[in-house]
Amino acid sequence: MAQTSQPGVNHPKPRFGKMPYWVEPVFTLIAFSGFVIYALWEVLFHNTGTYHNYVSPFFSPDIAGWLGVHILTALYVAWMPFVFRFSCYYYRKEYYRAFTFHPFGCAVPEPKSHQTRPYKGEWKINNLHRYTWFLAVFVLIFLWKDVVQAFIFPNGFGVGVGSLILLVNAILLTGYTFSCHAWRNMIGGRKDCFSCTAHGKKPVSYGIWRRVSALNVFHGWWAWASMFSVWIADLYVRLLIMGVIHDVRLF
Amino acid sequence: MADEFILSIFRGDADGGQEVEYRVPRVEGMVVLDAVHHVQAHEAQDLAVRWNCKAAHCGSCSAEINGVPKLMCKTRLDEYEGQTVHIQPMKTFPIIKDLVTDVSWNYEVAKKIPAFHPTVAAPFRMQQWDVDRIQEFHHCIECFLCQDVCHVLRDHQEKSQYYGPRFMVKMAEFEMHPMDRADRIPQIKNEGGIGLCNVTKCCTSVCPQHIHITDNAIIPLKERVADRYYDPIRNFFRKLGGKGDESQPE
Repeated sequence: MAQTSQPGVNHPKPRFGKMPYWVEPVFTLIAFSGFVIYALWEVLFHNTGTYHNYVSPFFSPDIAGWLGVHILTALYVAWMPFVFRFSCYYYRKEYYRAFTFHPFGCAVPEPKSHQTRPYKGEWKINNLHRYTWFLAVFVLIFLWKDVVQAFIFPNGFGVGVGSLILLVNAILLTGYTFSCHAWRNMIGGRKDCFSCTAHGKKPVSYGIWRRVSALNVFHGWWAWASMFSVWIADLYVRLLIMGVIHDVRLF
Repeated sequence: MADEFILSIFRGDADGGQEVEYRVPRVEGMVVLDAVHHVQAHEAQDLAVRWNCKAAHCGSCSAEINGVPKLMCKTRLDEYEGQTVHIQPMKTFPIIKDLVTDVSWNYEVAKKIPAFHPTVAAPFRMQQWDVDRIQEFHHCIECFLCQDVCHVLRDHQEKSQYYGPRFMVKMAEFEMHPMDRADRIPQIKNEGGIGLCNVTKCCTSVCPQHIHITDNAIIPLKERVADRYYDPIRNFFRKLGGKGDESQPE
């Protein structure tokens, strides 16, 4: 890693905004690590995520049940959102900064250990992000089915705290999934000219692409919010199953 | 509120140098470039600084202010109330003198970008809403702050492998143009080295024109490269349609 020759220049640590440069990657490091550890605990030590009409997002759809498998049942679901998030363009920013220090922060020198390892760019496997998007949509369909189920109690329609948590979770996951950069490309981003195939008029794909582009501006926000909502939704159902808390029926 | 600002400006050239401290009287609303000009006029007439418009339009006065790549003409000094303001040349490019760096590498890259190839000879008509998305890219003032902050160029010095964010924006400007017929995808992937960008968005965060470099230029180009080279199903249908194997590096 050759450096530009600038003898005598001692660049201070940059400060973007009001926070020191290390706050964001350290937060990412702690949040991602915490979520992964929690997910491993859930996947490795629990085989059911159903409490009456509530289903944890880690256990829906019931693929293990379809296959007749009774161990590590969450694993059959969890890998799909995991690969979607791992290859996500927004998450790449976060984990390349927080975990690989490429770079740790903008204009922050990379660690000396990088000098002996040539930089090869991002992992090519991430180019398959578009396929993981379909996996995420597949899971999302079942999460919406679970939301409907969460409002149906033995005595009919009702609203519990769990119903609302699962509803908010599905909304946030929908926002995250449909603000995806790969989806934005698939729905129209790859076209140079929308009007050329629509006789000068605005085709439907243009309208969808515009809306996805508007959502895409906040893709990072959707990514964080939906990760925490999955965490909260699963924890809520887990605590109900363990008998630690009781669901509150609002009406 | 202090009645003066303390500047610590790098003085030197390619052989070396050091920061020198200057005190500049406070003027309401002054920007860093005003203070540097004050130093140049009153204390160090040989201080080298590149500037032109003093209105954030020419992209000449790029520097690193307290470690952050910024335009000196767009950075108010009152942002640094109570601090010493360190002003240094851009790190990614070789120093010529003081705050002036040699950015000629960028112009060499610019020569490699194929010119606009219209599908029909001008004048032609196109829909405004078809070109709306590339208007953003025309706002670039070529200050090269994005090139300066890009860790591929700054830390890894991969100037022979990656064109940098500024030229990915330039490529996107032509590639997404509804009337352009040139096939730029192989160049973007190979000589352009778009795979070296790991989308950490530093280029976007320093852009004084607020161009969404990563989200609107680099990532859409990466997706187009994936369409061509990394999507096995699209490649299968492309072959089925008799368009040959375009997935091989060219």
